[in-house]
Amino acid sequence: MTTATDIDRKSLTEYLLRLGDTSLILGHRLSEWCGHGPVLEEDIAMSNIALDLIGQARLLYTYAGTVEGEGRDEDDFAFKRDVTDWKNLLLAEQPNGDFAATMVRQFLIDCFNVELYTSLSKSTDTELAAIAAKSLKEVTYHRRHSGEWIIRMGDGTDESHRRVQRALDDHWIFVDELFETDALDAAIVAAGIGPDLKSLRPAWDSMVDRVLAEATLTRPQTDFPRSGGRTGSHSEYLGFILSDLQFMQRAYPGMEW
Amino acid sequence: MPASSREWPLWEIFVRSRQGLSHKHVGSLRAVDAEMAIQNARDVYTRRREGESIWVVEASHIHASQPESRGPFFDPADDKIYRHPTFYDVPDGVENM
Amino acid sequence: MSDLRDKKGYENWDEAGVARFEALLAAEEKVEPRDWMPDGYRKLLVRQISQHAHSEVVGMLPEGNWLTRAPTLKRKAVLLAKIQDEAGHALYLYSACETLGTTRDETIEALHDGRAKYSSIFNYPTLTWADIGAIGWLVDGAAIVNQVMLCRCSYGPYARAMERICKEESFHQRQGYEIVTKLAQGTPEQKKMAQEALNRWWWPSLMMFGPHDSESTHGNQSTEWKIKRRSNDDLRQHFVDMTVPQAEILGLTVPDPDLKWNEERGHYDFGPIDWDEFKRVLKGGGPVGRERLNARRKAWEDGAWVREAALAHAEKRRARRQAAAAE
Repeated sequence: MTTATDIDRKSLTEYLLRLGDTSLILGHRLSEWCGHGPVLEEDIAMSNIALDLIGQARLLYTYAGTVEGEGRDEDDFAFKRDVTDWKNLLLAEQPNGDFAATMVRQFLIDCFNVELYTSLSKSTDTELAAIAAKSLKEVTYHRRHSGEWIIRMGDGTDESHRRVQRALDDHWIFVDELFETDALDAAIVAAGIGPDLKSLRPAWDSMVDRVLAEATLTRPQTDFPRSGGRTGSHSEYLGFILSDLQFMQRAYPGMEW
Repeated sequence: MPASSREWPLWEIFVRSRQGLSHKHVGSLRAVDAEMAIQNARDVYTRRREGESIWVVEASHIHASQPESRGPFFDPADDKIYRHPTFYDVPDGVENM
Repeated sequence: MSDLRDKKGYENWDEAGVARFEALLAAEEKVEPRDWMPDGYRKLLVRQISQHAHSEVVGMLPEGNWLTRAPTLKRKAVLLAKIQDEAGHALYLYSACETLGTTRDETIEALHDGRAKYSSIFNYPTLTWADIGAIGWLVDGAAIVNQVMLCRCSYGPYARAMERICKEESFHQRQGYEIVTKLAQGTPEQKKMAQEALNRWWWPSLMMFGPHDSESTHGNQSTEWKIKRRSNDDLRQHFVDMTVPQAEILGLTVPDPDLKWNEERGHYDFGPIDWDEFKRVLKGGGPVGRERLNARRKAWEDGAWVREAALAHAEKRRARRQAAAAE
C-alpha cells in the first residue's frame, strides 16, 4: 500500500468519507425499496445495486480507518457520527418518492460515479485505485440500469413521461454540487489522488444529454443550485435517515452484534 | 387498479455456468424486451456468479415435441443398440479404441 | 386403475394419460408440464406453489422492517442479500406456477383479493433486532425442513425450484443463528432480547408445519400424488429434535414446560399447540395481517404505471425497428 505522502492523513480520511458517505446513504435509500418494488425482477435489481453501494462504503470506511490511524472501523464511521459530520452529496439523501424520483436520483449519481471511479482507478493511492477499479464495474452496470429506466419512462406513457420529467426538474438543483470543489479537492488533485471534479462535467453532460434526448426529456435549468453536503450542511432528511440507521448502536452502545 | 393491466412477456433463461459447457435452462422471468430479460436474468439467476453467459428466449417462441407422441417419436431409438460402442466386441489386449 | 375414474381430481380422465401419470409416480420419476395430469393434481400444485411464492414475498416485509436499522454494516448487507434471495425464491416459485398454466399476475391478484393464502408466520410483528435472528434460525429452519422434502416432490418444475432454493437458503438459517448467538453471548440486555424473541417465535414456528395429520385436509391426496413426502407431524418432530439442542447450546430456554427428551421414542415430547391461535392468525385476524397485505397491494398498485411504461416503450421501440427495416 502506497499512500500518497504529500497529503496529510486527515485530508485523505475526509476525502474517503465523502466517497463512502454518498455510497452508504444512497444504498440505504435504495434498500428502503426492498419488498416494495414495482415488479419482483426490479426489486431484486435494486437490492443488488444497494448491496454494491453498501459494499463500496464498507471498503472506503475501512480504508479511511486505516489512513486515519485512530482505530475507527467501518461501523464507527457509519453509526457514531451526527448529521454535520456526514459528507455525502445532498442528492443521495433525497427521499425515494416514486419510482421515477428514485431512478432520476440514481441516474444522475451513476453517471457521476462512472466518471469519478474511472478517474480514481488511476489514483496514485494504490489502495484507493483498487477500490475504485472494483467499484467502476459496479457503477457502470448501475448506470446502464438506471439509464434504461429513464429512457423507458421518458419515452413510455404520458404518465411516466410526466413523472420522470417532474423528478428531473425536482432533483436538478442538486446537480451542480456533484462538480463543486474546495480546498480539500485541490489538495487531492495536487497529490494525484483524485480528479478535479469540474473536469468530469463535460463527460457527465454528454452522457446525461444523450439519455435525456432518447428519453424525449427536457434538460432542466436551475438558478438556485443547492450544495453543502460534503461539508456537513445537509437537508433535514439526513437526520431521519440516521435515526433509523444508528438506532441500535445509539440505544445499545458498545455491544457486539 | 384494474386487474386487466397488461402482463410483461415470459422469457426462458439459459445460463452457461462456465466456458466449455453448453447453456442450460435455469428458469423463467418476465421482461418487456430481450435487453431487460438479460439484465433481469443477471440479477435473478447469476447473483452467486453461477454463469458467464446468458441466453434469453421469449417463451412463446419455443416449439416443443408433443408428449402424446413420445412413443412413436422416441421409442424407435431404443433398439438401435449398434449406435453405442458397447455393442461391439473387441479382442482382449486391443487398446486405444 | 379404473377405480380412479370416479375419484375426485380425475374429472379430465384420459386412459393413456392416467396410465402414464401413475407409472411415473410409481417409478419415482418426475411429472413435467406438458404431461397429462389429473385436474386435481394441477389444482393442488397451483394452490400450494402459489401459497409458497406468496409466503416468500410477504415474508420480505417483516424482515425488511429492519433493513434500515441493522446494527452493523455487515448485518445490513447480509440481511439485504437474504431478503433479496426471498424475492428470487418467490420468482422461481411463480415461474413453477406458470408451467401449470397460471400466469404470475393471476397468481398475484389472487393474493391481493384474499383468495390465496400465505404462511401465517409472517403475520407476526418483528419488534426487536433479535426477531431477525429468530426468523432466520427458527422460521427459515422450519421452512428448510419442509423444502428439503419438497425437492423430492413429483412435479419436476417445483422440485427443481426447491433444489435451487434449498441451495441458496443454506446461509439464511446460519445468519439467523449467528445473530442469536451474538445476543446470547452478549450483555444481559442482549440475552433478554434473544430469549424474548425465542419466546415469541417458537410456537408460531411449530405451527408452520400445519395441522396435525389427523386433521389435515389435503394431506392424504398430496401424499398419494407424491407432492408431500412426509407428514406434518413427522416434519414438526424432526424440527423440534433438531432445534432444541441448538437452543441449549446458547443457554436459551424453549418456552414449553412440557418439553423433555423421551428416551423410548428417541424424540423430544412437547406440549400441545394452541390451534385456536393458529386459526385466528390464519384468517388474517393476527396482529399485522392487514398491514402486510396492504403493503403488497400498495407496491403493486404504485408500480402499475411503471410496468405499463416499460411495456409501452418496448412496443414503441419494436415498431420503430420494424418501420426502419421496412424502408
